Order: sequence, then C-alpha cells, then structure tokens
Amino acid sequence: MWHSLSNIFWLGTKELRSLFGDVVLIGLVIYSFTVAVVSEAQSNSQELHHASLGVVDEDNSELSRRIISAFMLPYFQTPVYIKESQIEPLMNSGRFTFVLDIPPNFQRDVLAGHRPALQVNVDATAMIQAGLGSGYALQIINTEVVGYLARSNPSEASPVELVTRIAFNPNITTAWFESVMGIINNVTMLAIILAGAALVREREHGTMDHLLVMPLSPFEIAMSKIWANALVIAVTVAVALYAVVQGFLRVPITGSIPLFMGGVVLYLFFATAVGLFLGTIARSMPQLGLLYILVAVPMNLLSGGATPVESQPVWLSTIMKASPSTHFVSFAQAILYRGAGIDVVWPQFAAVAGIGALFLALTLWRFRAAVGATGT
Amino acid sequence: MSIAAPPVAVVRHLSQHYRDVTALDDVSIALPSGCVIGLIGPDGVGKSSLLSILAGARAIQRGEIVVLGADMADRRAREQACPRIAYMPQGLGKNLYPDLSVRENIAFFARLFGQSRAERDWRIAELMEATALSDFADRPAKKLSGGMKQKLGLCCSLIHDPDLLILDEPTTGVDPLSRRQFWDLIDRLRARSATAMSVVVATAYMEEAERFDWLIAMNDGRILATGTPAELKAQTAAQTIEDAFIALLPPDASRHQAAMPVKTELDPDHEMVIVARDLTCRFGDFTAVDRVNFQIRKGEIFGFVGSNGCGKTTTMKMLTGLLPPTAGEALIFGRSMEAGNHESRRRVGYMSQAFSLYGELTVRQNLVLHARLFHLPHDFAEKRIAELIDRCDLTEHVDGLAAELPLGIRQRLSLAVAVVHAPDLLILDEPTSGVDPVARNQFWRLLIELSRNDDMTIFVSTHFMNEAARCDRLSLMHDGRVLATDTPDGLIRAKGAQTLEDAFVAFLEQDAGLDAPPKMPIDASSPPAPERRISGKPARFSLRRLFAYTIREGLELVRDPIRLMFALFGTAFLMIVFGVGISTDVNDLTFAALDRDQTPESRAYLAELRGSPYFVEKRPLVDYADLERRMKAGDIMASIEIPPNFGLDIKRGRTAFVSAWIDGSMPFRAETIRGYLEGTHQLYLGDPAVKTTRPAAASPVNTEIRFKYNQAFNSIYAMVPTTIALLLALFPAILMALAVVREKELGSITNLYVTPVTRLEFLLGKQLPYVGVALVNFAVMFGMATLLFNVPLRGAILPLLTGTIIYVFTTTAYGMLISTFCRTQIAALFGTAILTVLPATQFSGMLVPVSSLSGVGRIIGMGFPMTYFRPISVGTFTKGLGFADLGADILILLVFIPVLIGLSLVLLPKQDS
Repeated sequence: MWHSLSNIFWLGTKELRSLFGDVVLIGLVIYSFTVAVVSEAQSNSQELHHASLGVVDEDNSELSRRIISAFMLPYFQTPVYIKESQIEPLMNSGRFTFVLDIPPNFQRDVLAGHRPALQVNVDATAMIQAGLGSGYALQIINTEVVGYLARSNPSEASPVELVTRIAFNPNITTAWFESVMGIINNVTMLAIILAGAALVREREHGTMDHLLVMPLSPFEIAMSKIWANALVIAVTVAVALYAVVQGFLRVPITGSIPLFMGGVVLYLFFATAVGLFLGTIARSMPQLGLLYILVAVPMNLLSGGATPVESQPVWLSTIMKASPSTHFVSFAQAILYRGAGIDVVWPQFAAVAGIGALFLALTLWRFRAAVGATGT
Repeated sequence: MSIAAPPVAVVRHLSQHYRDVTALDDVSIALPSGCVIGLIGPDGVGKSSLLSILAGARAIQRGEIVVLGADMADRRAREQACPRIAYMPQGLGKNLYPDLSVRENIAFFARLFGQSRAERDWRIAELMEATALSDFADRPAKKLSGGMKQKLGLCCSLIHDPDLLILDEPTTGVDPLSRRQFWDLIDRLRARSATAMSVVVATAYMEEAERFDWLIAMNDGRILATGTPAELKAQTAAQTIEDAFIALLPPDASRHQAAMPVKTELDPDHEMVIVARDLTCRFGDFTAVDRVNFQIRKGEIFGFVGSNGCGKTTTMKMLTGLLPPTAGEALIFGRSMEAGNHESRRRVGYMSQAFSLYGELTVRQNLVLHARLFHLPHDFAEKRIAELIDRCDLTEHVDGLAAELPLGIRQRLSLAVAVVHAPDLLILDEPTSGVDPVARNQFWRLLIELSRNDDMTIFVSTHFMNEAARCDRLSLMHDGRVLATDTPDGLIRAKGAQTLEDAFVAFLEQDAGLDAPPKMPIDASSPPAPERRISGKPARFSLRRLFAYTIREGLELVRDPIRLMFALFGTAFLMIVFGVGISTDVNDLTFAALDRDQTPESRAYLAELRGSPYFVEKRPLVDYADLERRMKAGDIMASIEIPPNFGLDIKRGRTAFVSAWIDGSMPFRAETIRGYLEGTHQLYLGDPAVKTTRPAAASPVNTEIRFKYNQAFNSIYAMVPTTIALLLALFPAILMALAVVREKELGSITNLYVTPVTRLEFLLGKQLPYVGVALVNFAVMFGMATLLFNVPLRGAILPLLTGTIIYVFTTTAYGMLISTFCRTQIAALFGTAILTVLPATQFSGMLVPVSSLSGVGRIIGMGFPMTYFRPISVGTFTKGLGFADLGADILILLVFIPVLIGLSLVLLPKQDS
C-alpha cells in the first residue's frame, strides 16, 4: 500500500517534468486558457450586439425619425438609410440582418388610429440575433409609438403588468456565461489530450515497456498520469478563474470556487481516464488526435455549454444526460452562477466519479494488451 | 578504377552547424570518380550531413561543393545535376512508402523522373529481375524483410540510371548474408553499367569497408585520413580497418581502450535462470517467433544474434512478460513473468531497443527515479548511484539532460539505470545499435565486468558479429527461428569457417537452401545494357510528376483504414452531432408557479402559460425558499409569482402585478424566456375572455415581423448549411496538413529534395486526393442535409457546386500553409484544429453575423475562407440565391487559392536546412 502510493507519487513527478518539456502541449494549455477563453467571452454571441440595421423611411415624419433613432448601440448599429429596391440584394448578401420598412403616411395613419402596418425584415438565417432582435424591435417600436401618442393623450396604465427579473446574471452578459463554459470545454479537451498523449508518448519512446518490466502495476502507472495531468489542469483552471475570468473579464462569481474546484478535480479524474483509455486504443499520436476530435467535440458541444440540452431530440438528450460533461456543465452553472451548495450538486459529483472509475477500469483492462502489441 | 579521371565531387572548406553543434568543420576533399568510396566513422561525426549535402538534400551553410561539375549552391545547376544523382538516406527504407507495394514504390520514383509508361514498365521489370524482387512485386514495402527493403531502396535509386549513387548506411541492421548479397548486387550493376557509376557509401560495419576502393575516415566533423583500405592499414600498422580507425583517432577519444577483462570459465552446474520452451508468437497469420528453445545459466552472457525483424525483440518481450506467448512457455527464475509477478521483476533489469530513458530528466534524476521505484533504502540508493556514476563514467554529465547526451553516453546511462537495483538478470535488446566502435568497446567492458564481478546473468541481442563473439554462448536467429546455439568457437568449428560472420552466412545459406536456391539473375559477364539515357533537362512543370504524388497519396490513404474512415465518416458523424444537437430553438422550458391569490383571475393568467407550446410546468412552488432552492438546483428555469389580491386589483381597476424570475445562467436562453413570457403576457391581455374593468388597448401599430428565407424560423435551415461549411473547413485542412508533415516526420520528404519534382508539383499533387475526399464528404453531407434533415436546396445546384469546389481547394491550401511551419504530426493536427475552429466558429458568421463584427475579429474573419463560403452554402440552401448574388463571394474564394498556395511555396524549402 505504502509502496504503491510512493510509486504513484514518484512516477507522477516524472510525468510533470515530461509535460513541462513538451512545448507544443504547454503552448496549447496557455492558449486555451487565455486567448480562447477571452475571445469566446467577448464574442457577444449570446446576446443582441451590434446587429446591422437598414431602414427604408418612406414617411420621413417626426414619428418615423423617432422610431429609427431609438435603435441604438450596443444592441443595434446606427441605422443605415437605404431604398426599398435595395432591401432584397442587401439582405441577400448578408449586409443587413434587419431592415425596417416604414410606409408612407405612417405618422398620419397612426394619429388617425388606423393601425398602419410597419414591416421588420429579419434574416432568419442569423439564428440567435434574428430571434432576440425581432423581440427587441417589437418592443422598441411599441414603446416609441405609445410614447409619441402619450404626448397628446395621457397614457392609460395597462391593467396587468409583468415584472421580469433575471436571476444570477441580471444584465444577461455573454461573458459571464462563455468565460466559464470556455474553461469547462478546455478542461475536457486538455485532460483528454494531455493524458492520452502522455500514454502514447511513452509507448512511442519505448519507455512504457521499460516501466512494465519493473515491479509496477498498470494501476500505479495510470494513476500517476491521472494525478499529474489533473493537477496541472486544476491549477490552471483555478488561475484562469481568478486571473482571467474574475480579473481580466471582470465577471463576478457568486458561488464557492473551492466547491467548484472539488467538482473540477472529480471531473478531471473522469476526463484523464478517458484520455488514457483513448491512448490505449490509438496506435500513434495522429490517431489519438483524430479519435480525440470524434470523442471530445460532441462531448463538449452537446453538454449544454453551447446550446441547451433540452433543445435536443429526446433520444439524444437522454444519452447526453448520462455524460459527465453534461453533469459538469450543470454543476458548474449551479455552483458558480446560482451559488448552489454541496447539498444540491452531490448527485452529479457522485455520477462523475462513478463514470470516471468505470473508464479507469476499462483502461486497466486494455493496458497490457494494448501496450504489448505495439512493438515490432 | 580510374583515379586519373576528373573527380566526381569536390568539397572545399565545407562547414555545417546545427544550433551549437558542429557537424562539419572546414572539410575539403576530392572524391575520385568511377569507384566505390566508403565513408567510415562513428555516429554523429557528420557522415550523414556530408552525404545529404552531396545529394543536394541539405542546404550548404559555408563552403563550396561541386558534384558532377555542378555547383550545388546554385539552384539551377543543382536542378541539372540532381537527375544524375541517386540518394538513399539513412534508416531502412526511409524514403520508401510502407503502404505501397514494391512495384508502386518503384513506379512512384519513375514518375518523379518523368518516365513514360513504356519506359517505366521495362525499367521496373528489369530492376526487379536484377534484384530478385519480381516474386514480391505486389507485397507492401512494410512487409518486406530488412534485406528486401534494402534492395527495393536500391531499385528506386537506380530507376533513372544515375552517375552517382549515394548510400547512407544502407546495410545497418541487415543480416550478414543479405549484406553480402547487397554488395555483390552493387558490383554486378556497376560492372554492367556503361559509364562506371560512382558510389559513395557510409557504413557502420568496419568489416564491410575492407571491400571498398577508397575510404574516408571521419571523426568529429573532420576528415582523419583518406586512401585505399590497404593504405590506411599500412599507415597505422593495423590488422583490420576497425583497429586502423581506432588508431587514427586523436588520443583523448580512444583513452578508454583498456583491455577487455578476461572471461573466466563458468561453472556448468549453475542453475538455469532463463528457460524458453517452444516459445511461439503469432500476429494474425504472421509468425514472428517460431518454436524457440534455449536455456541460460546463472552468470552467463548469452547472445541473440540476427537481423532486424528476425524476432529477437519479440522473444525478449515474451521473456519479460510484455507480450503473452501464443504457445510454449518462458520461465525466469523458474516462474513465468505474467502480470503481477513483482517478485521476479525486482530481480530483472531491462534495457529496451529504443533509448528508453526520460530525456527530459537529468542523468541523476533518471537514476534517482528508478532507485525510488525499486524502493531502495535511501542510504543504499545514494551509495549505489554514486558507485554507478563512477563505474559507467558519467561523472561529468551527471546534471545534463539525458536527451542531450551523445548516444554512447546515453547507452551507458541506460545500463546504469537498468542495474541500479542490482538485478540478478539483465536483459538488453540491441544496446549498442548506432554506437561507435570505441563506445561499443567501453560498453562491453562494463557488461563483462557485471557478469564476472557481480555474477549477473546477461541476455543480450545484437547484429554486430564482433559483439556476438564476446558472448559465452549465442543463438543465431533468422526469420523467427533459432538456426543454431553454441559457443562462438563451437559455431565456427561446426561450419569450418574462419570467422563468426562466415559461420553465420553458412548457416543462413543452409537454411535458405531448404526453401529456394538464391537467385543470381545477372552475372558480371552479361552484356552491358544499351545506352538509353533520356537526355535533356527536366521540364519546369510536369503533370506526370504531380500525378506521381497524387497516385501515391491516394494509394496510401485508401490503405490506411483509420485515416480513411476518419476522412469519409468523420464528417458524417459530426454532421449528425451538429445538426441534431445544436439548436437555437428553445423548447420545453420548465417553470413553476407560486399562486398566492388562487382566484379565477390568477388561474386564467397561468392558464395562458400552460397553454403555451414552449413551457412545461413543474409542480407548484410552496414558498420563496422552495423557489430559491429549485432555481438553484436548476429544476426550474422560470418562476411566476402572482401576489395576493391579484384578482381583486383587476376587478377594482387597479394595476395588478405579476412577477417572474428567470434563470440567467445561460444568457441566450434567459433572453428567449423573457421574450416568450412577454408574448404570453400580451396574449393574456388581448384575450377577450379576460374580464377586466378596463378594456386593454390594442397596439396603435401593426408591426409585421417577416422572417425572410426561413418563415418557420427553424434553426436547422441555417445550422445544416453552416455545418457543411464548418466541416469542409476543418477536415480537409487537417488531413492535408497531416499528409505533408507526415512526410517530414517519416523522412520521405527527402524525395522532394533530391528528385526533379518541384515544390508546386509536390503540394498540388498531394492536395488533389484530399480535394477529392472533401468532395466525397460534401456529397455525403449534401445527401444527409436533404434526406436526413429535410433541408432542401432552394437555389440552384451549380453555384453551390462551383463554390464548394473552389472552397475545398482553399481549405486544403489552408492546411498546406499550416503544415509548412509544423514539425510533428501532433502539432500539425492541433495547430490546424485551433487555427480553424476559432475563426470558423467566432468570426465567420456561424453564431454572430459578419456584419456585426468589428476590430480584430472582423479582420480575422475577412482572412478566413469560410466567411465567403457560408453565404454561398446558406444562400443556395436556404435563401434560394444564384450566381447573381453569390458571384462576389465565389470570386473572393478564388483569390485565396493562389495566395495560400503561393505562401506555402515560399515557406516550404526545397532543401533541408
């Protein structure tokens, strides 16, 4: 027992030295937690931001100008006046996502109570902006018209008012969401790559044979790779949370970071075990890379970190709800945004650890056969 | 041999440095023409550098080289000379393609030299006949034995009738019989050739050097001596070339030439340490080791001798328990070494064939790590490590990184590591391959000491005969079988031979005689072949050379199942994942109500929500604590609270309030929920069934939201065409980058350096198969889009197809560009993935329309091809557009092709640096 722990420890220190000797992988780690996270966080992809807007003002009245000037940054770019004949070509080319068409005599008809029609053309192939933007447009137009009328006609309050408040992210900022999701995706990616590469590298260099001939068990070898790689990633995650997310991006984190880090460690156990398992399947580094793309990309994309799990077809969401990456996204959101405690997230922690143990068992089962068969 | 003729090559003041290592130091020499010139010396003294510069594969740093009258520093002159030179780089079959058959490999080189089909066919037939490879014409190169690979390499080199043949260690690791046959073959081919081809050859076997016409002895980047073998031996008064070479070395390099310890006789009654009985190992239908038997006594040095690939390593792996035997048994200390037998493992030290230490650790760290893993007591470990550092002469390197040590010192370190726990048995797999004679002698001195002084049993494999002669007993191995086992003297006596090598050759011949008589199709008396050189300088651009690479790449791709599966089905798999899994249609939103009013009015309000197709109601909330807990747990995404007196307020005409909490952890979803709640709220207000004292005013304007192109506003119509654009950016780029870097990593890039093929032909030739793969991918994804996802093509097919073809040329060219600055396949893979995924998902309109981007993101987007293809894909599929609207995008894509390929050309060197 003591011997085993000591072996795992000493092998792990060697693992750390190997990792820091691999410039490509270290570069990948640094890139992932800086450039990639910041660029995703600042992408504004989750909100309506700088949507391009063209207007055809055939009325040119006080009301029409009032409506147009209400479309403002940061939601909409400054509106560009175009002719009606230009609507089609400019929307076809993707120059404008929205085109507002105000018909002639609009103001007169509004004042006369004719309920004139006002057209908002939306490029429905710009998925997120189209959906959010059309709602904003409706609201802006309504507010401006009602406000315009109210000058002459004191407004009547609506009989029922809906007051909506957003919990956990009151201003609905993309960076709050994407920065943490970016880190989560990186954890999956790096854990699989680093652990898988650590195994394949030893096999390619012949040092794995060397280890297996010594009085060491596959369990000790696997555990040493798990702890060393997981440690590096866990430390990087903590630094990225404090320095990049809280420091550089100024995202406030309400929940308990230590509790989240506990979850990260459990998840790293799972993800490094998957990496080792892939390492026993791949016969070379390029093969590991190709396998990684086919395994990690779906795991990340479908985990709920990109689009909601509940939008998936039932069969797929059922599968994905069993995936530790989905649990990870879900408990990360619960802890970091909603301030949930261990009483809320423990079932997910347990599930991640359990599935991790399963992959470790699979890895050990494949270990000797896979490693022995590679030599010439 | 006519030394009077002008020299075949002249080298003046050549110096070559790699970082701070000096490979060649002011070398000047003239190589006589028309003879076989041997280049001898230890590893890493600059032999390979000199040869690759002679061949034009490596750029000259300082000095002047004239080969066949052409100045090799001048590109034009080199292009003229290269077709007259043939070069076989070091490493068995390094410039060959393992997945291609014998015939396909030779044909590839024939095409590179622009030979027509007819010329190619008779030349290939003739060469295969001459080298007795005809019977194996369709066998993949990777399944050839070492000797046959050698011959294949020679065929590929000789396909264009060179005047100068440059061979870099062509026979290393090949069995002695094949080695002899190889040199006989060279002699016959030279005798037959009309122009007395010159041959320059580097070799690690000093015995071979005896038969060359003229020798160059090199050490440490300098030339020690030149002359015929006889001259060199006379000059140093040595018996053999090996002794002559050692005598030529400066005194400090040979200072460890202490006498070998005397081997004492072994006690024949010692116990058996290793017993192998009918040990057999099969991989599929290939028998690597066939019923091998031997027994090794305690304290014995037992040798395993044979060529590369004869089963030595496999046998050792079975002994050490790394590989389970298919049949038979291997006992060490009377027990099998199966998994979990830690007892026996503690008594074994192992040194595997490849350098198996951790290069990123220092000498001392390596030793300490292993001492710890064997749980040596601290004090003992300290003493033991100090002793080994002294004994293996590692004192001056103790804090150097293992990876940076010269090979000979690394081997000593490997040995020290293998014996750190004082094992009873030491298993060494080719410990000295690649090590120079001086270092080899030192290494063997250590081995003999360990055996005699420490009573260690040593089992060692080698392909050097002079090492084999130092063993107590040895087994001669060939083709997975043990031919004979005895003491060295016993084996020599058994065949009545002069040397151990002769004895081994005799055993091999006897063995071969059982199968088939060796073919000797050409003898020196056969008439010289007619003059048939196709004269003229090579064309600037040749489709034949380009297609040589296309055909080669295509064949290799078809034969690598994993890459092919990835290329063809990877996109289909990810298309399903993206198409099905990524949706911005938000449905099944969970909410719960906290109805603190419980009046018909409050229930009417909630009924409006319950009727919405977007919402799913969960069990009602009990109180605020319940609300908070369930929001935190993610059980509900929204809560609706209706306060007390809601109904009463409505009846009395006071404004009544409803408050909603929305989970903001996913911003896009929160925004959408807010929109839906507002919508439902408006519906409620407009519902005539809602009886309020005041009629709700209808909106004064009728705002029509027209969702153009996608009336149902279903994300799949945008997602699927975008996914096609994304996957066509990712996969072809990765495959292309891997294809180029693979050649760099495996060494076959040399063919680009030394044959007339140009960089443009090389790149385009390799690109075409991947353009083809990408188009197949497109066809599959197009089918999936229309049939599986029901996303019909609204526009015309022609603009889409035109755009796609141009697009896949740009994306493969993008991978090509990345490959020019990657050294390893893994770097190429991740480099391409990162440099594709980030611009593709963030800056090409996938999530955020390009028209909303600004700053750096906009610039990156403008420089990435997908920005122009996504409008084409979405435009034709969903917007129903044609050439009129998409022409500009197609033209911009077209401009990318020459730009990306041009940049790749500039960055890809035509010579190694």
